[in-house]
Amino acid sequence: MNRKRLRRWKSNLMVGLMIAAVVVAVAPLLFILLNLVVKGAGSLSFGFFTRMPVPAGETGGGVAHAIVGTLIMVGMAALVGVPLGIGAGLFSAEFPGTRLAKASRFLADVMNGTPSIVVGVFAWTLIVARTKQFSALAGSAALAMLMIPMVMRTTEELIKLVPHSLREAALALGYPRWRTTVSIVLRTALPGIVTGSLLAVARVAGETAPLLFTALGSQFFSLSVNEPMAALPLTVFQYATGPYEEWHQFAWAAALVLIIVVMVLSLAARLATRGRFTRHG
Amino acid sequence: MATTILPDAPAPAPAEGTSTLAGSRRGDRLFKGVLTVAALAVPVLMAFLVYELYVGSRLAIERYGLGFVAGTTWDPVAEEFGAAPLIFGTLLSSLLALVIAVPLSLGVAIYLTEFAPRAVRQPIAFIIELLAAIPSVVYGLWGIFVLIPLLKAHVFPFLRDTLGFLPFFQGPIYGPSMLAASIILAIMIMPFIMSVAREVLLAVPGSQREAALALGATRWEAVVSAILPYARSGILGAIILGLGRALGETMAVTMLIGNRHEIAASLFAPGYTMAAVIANEFSEAATDIHFAALTYVALVLFLVTVTVNAAARLLIWRVGAGGGGKRS
Repeated sequence: MNRKRLRRWKSNLMVGLMIAAVVVAVAPLLFILLNLVVKGAGSLSFGFFTRMPVPAGETGGGVAHAIVGTLIMVGMAALVGVPLGIGAGLFSAEFPGTRLAKASRFLADVMNGTPSIVVGVFAWTLIVARTKQFSALAGSAALAMLMIPMVMRTTEELIKLVPHSLREAALALGYPRWRTTVSIVLRTALPGIVTGSLLAVARVAGETAPLLFTALGSQFFSLSVNEPMAALPLTVFQYATGPYEEWHQFAWAAALVLIIVVMVLSLAARLATRGRFTRHG
Repeated sequence: MATTILPDAPAPAPAEGTSTLAGSRRGDRLFKGVLTVAALAVPVLMAFLVYELYVGSRLAIERYGLGFVAGTTWDPVAEEFGAAPLIFGTLLSSLLALVIAVPLSLGVAIYLTEFAPRAVRQPIAFIIELLAAIPSVVYGLWGIFVLIPLLKAHVFPFLRDTLGFLPFFQGPIYGPSMLAASIILAIMIMPFIMSVAREVLLAVPGSQREAALALGATRWEAVVSAILPYARSGILGAIILGLGRALGETMAVTMLIGNRHEIAASLFAPGYTMAAVIANEFSEAATDIHFAALTYVALVLFLVTVTVNAAARLLIWRVGAGGGGKRS
């Protein structure tokens, strides 16, 4: 009897420890968000979004150049990375047994696990070293390369979830295979693919490491993809590691903007497909 | 419906059947061609990446050979490069991060799949997955201005006072340090380990747990004796996947580790990692050999993470293949 009580007590103790683990795990998120709002919100103003940075010592100024830079580079990366990722994902879902599908599936996992700084070095040797010029183009290339495997694997997983009967019904009605894939299978999986793509966009929008020596960052407003370009994560890094108190203030505000962008993208992505294609519904 | 369609459908077929069939076949071929080009992107890019890293580091490979990973001097001016402190820093910070993150994330994963009330399962998992969405540079910023002052003022002195007899907790307290970087890494990899471990635990058949409970096990004993053994290799995979993340993590570590080419016993001392040295020095390198040495570091880092990730995939895949249907 006593032993039984001891065993039950131990079980309860472990559950208590696990609840403590949940609290410890959730605390950093709340702490970080709270700090961001407290330290960043004070510097946020309309001008922060529309103005350019000012020299050290002066107050005011904004991150217009970095917001535009992030939009341009992430946009270009998405234009290349999303279609390629969807195409590759479709291929490995449609022709799963082929050697190419197996190779690209395996290598996409390898690519997914490749540190983003290594992808940055690759973009540097591929583009910057050849053109002898830091450029937004090189930054975009690195970001696109990070997106491809993410989009590809999501697409493949979601295509596999489309019921086979839908495909058979379309084929039985005389649809050619490619139309079946495009207008039935892809159409059905589309909301999930949009979610996956948005998540990929959100992730690369916060990437700093691959931009450090490709896009380099800049103090000036630039729309030219052949020149160095600012980006929000780079701005956070440069100002956070700088020596001035105003710069740190600035870094907190820029980080708040960055996290709002990233969180809105990932929340939108998750809410968009809520209740659809969920395995743990 | 079927009866009205069926008599109609074959009627136009003989007239233009051959042409539409040929048309659809051409469409299929074109479609497959386009997809093939997209599917080739990943292998081509990866081959290119390995090739470019090799070519970029050839100068350093020829000059230092494999001794590169054992050398302890890193002096760009004297053109002497050794990566041992970097490799040591990368491995130590990642392993320490695992030591902190693994018990926490497994505790959360087990709680969420086995014990938590249904209503809180999704929200907690969602909140923790949001942690994964926070950009690395924001963790770095938070680390510099919130975590390090906190550690420096309270945690590090406490550790020195209580565990100071160990060599790991001795020496001056700077703030930026191996331990600070490991703690931020632990926070960052926790969501990954948690969500993969949760997937793996969900894949354990319900009958495993029910059998243990029916034999009179407490709920915790059911976890230890029936569920964890079943999910063992998958959980190991989740941990190794987290290790892969930690090894390649750049920004937050660069901002917190102190960036000193040194192998120190004390965790309060600054260190350096492979990813951090690339981040700090690449855009400022002036000589070809410096670029080559940094690219060599990137190549080593790439090979280490590929190996670690491949091992993780293999383990996770084994549970997936062994397990039956998923529970919810």
